[in-house]
Amino acid sequence: MAVHRGRGFAAINYPIGMNLGGDPSQALVHSNPDGKFTVALSAIDLGQGMKSVTRQIAAETLGIPIDDVYVDTADSDTGPHDMGSFASRGTHRMGNAVIMAAQEARSVMLEAAAEELEVDPGDLVTDGRGNIHVRGAPSRSITTMAAAQAAQFKQGRTIAGRGIFLIPLSEVDPETGEMTPVSTFAHAAMLVEVEVDDETGEVAVTDMQSAYEVGRALNPGLVEQQLRGGAWMGMSHAAWETTEPYYPARDHGPVDFNHYLMPGPGDLAPHHISVLERPAEDGPYGGKGPGEMCANPVLPAVVNAVYDAVGVRIDELPVTPEKVLRGIRANGGARPRQAL
Amino acid sequence: MAKKPVTVTLNGTERAGFAEPGQNLLDFLRRGLGDLSPKYGCGQGTCGACTVTIDGQTHLSCLVLAEAADGRAVGTAAGLADGARLDPLQDAFMENFAAQCGYCTPGMLVSARALLDRNPRPTRAEIVEAISGNLCRCTGYEPIIAAIEAVAEERTRP
Ligand code: FES
Ligand code: FES
Repeated sequence: MAVHRGRGFAAINYPIGMNLGGDPSQALVHSNPDGKFTVALSAIDLGQGMKSVTRQIAAETLGIPIDDVYVDTADSDTGPHDMGSFASRGTHRMGNAVIMAAQEARSVMLEAAAEELEVDPGDLVTDGRGNIHVRGAPSRSITTMAAAQAAQFKQGRTIAGRGIFLIPLSEVDPETGEMTPVSTFAHAAMLVEVEVDDETGEVAVTDMQSAYEVGRALNPGLVEQQLRGGAWMGMSHAAWETTEPYYPARDHGPVDFNHYLMPGPGDLAPHHISVLERPAEDGPYGGKGPGEMCANPVLPAVVNAVYDAVGVRIDELPVTPEKVLRGIRANGGARPRQAL
Repeated sequence: MAKKPVTVTLNGTERAGFAEPGQNLLDFLRRGLGDLSPKYGCGQGTCGACTVTIDGQTHLSCLVLAEAADGRAVGTAAGLADGARLDPLQDAFMENFAAQCGYCTPGMLVSARALLDRNPRPTRAEIVEAISGNLCRCTGYEPIIAAIEAVAEERTRP
């Protein structure tokens, strides 16, 4: 009886957003009389950081400090329409909609500033610190607050913008079936090491090394944390979690957290993450978004590592001790593929 | 059955309310006293989202009868910050990206604060043990452990 070590590899391509076109997201941006801006969205931030990222995108496009942007989201009664937070689409779809809305709002803001400064709006630039000035003449300037107040109280102008991201529907060639299902792919590769106990059938993930290509990492801290948390969830899906351990039978299905297994803080594996930045042409400032793919490569990599360790090919998740032991028995013993 | 008057010292302030018969402390804190920081995750003692301290010891408030806390000191995550000044643990959670959806965070903070109060220099194993009753779906735990370690290390500096 022994513990066998194994190594498994997996690589994935992951499409951003829904296939076959459509998939709209809207954003509305407007200024308040204090020169700060509100971004209205209906998409939901459920912890992935969408509010932070859309706030960064709006500030960058408007040319104002990030502190001056407030993102108001998740009220579908008052916000503009959105398909929702799923399909790894948030950064890409909502980000593009926010850019479009912020560009329109910015151009009105510059028109208002131009009227006050008696110059052409095309000659104005923003400094990202709350000022608008004539290109090459920083002293001829007006604050965004003064421009917003002039628009509101003097000029009768609405500093606002509308944005939508919508992909044209993809036609399917009736002859060949050819189409353009998605606009953007993200990519990842993952290497895991496991230890498999051939007496108990238990699988422990002992190391994870990953590389992710998610376009430009608009907020590197959030990207890395989403990848870290997602890999934990992938590890959990690979070797722990299931609602129907004997699917399609419901027998022994967990009914509460006592029985629904997940790795706890004592079951973690070190995870080294490399983020490769390759800005996407159609992404907001090059971003795609890690989304669901952060959990995906762990599953096939763990299954491959178990095969490497004991020669058992598992084809139904999760990799439970029972399946490993049955496989070892069917093979007449553990058959390590290699000595690590 | 009649309601029972219950008085607790909540985060240092004496607060009183009436507990329904059989009402648990979590519900009493949230609906009776308006402290929404402890969260309802499971109601059966398996998730840790409702963790509070009673006289300095951590308890799962969904498993404690409200009237059992009568006359005792109750601590929740809402009591960690001193006005606008956050507890160092809260700062460390932010710096280490230790909250995503945030649902587990108040319970994590209470468990971690209780650990550091009784053991200012915990090992990684002791940190893991201290939060092992708190489930987190989002973070993979590593950043939470790192945040607690960061505060522990800060304390060991001269
Ligand atoms: S709500 Fe108390 S432990 Fe889950
Ligand atoms: S941050 Fe979501 S459950 Fe912990």
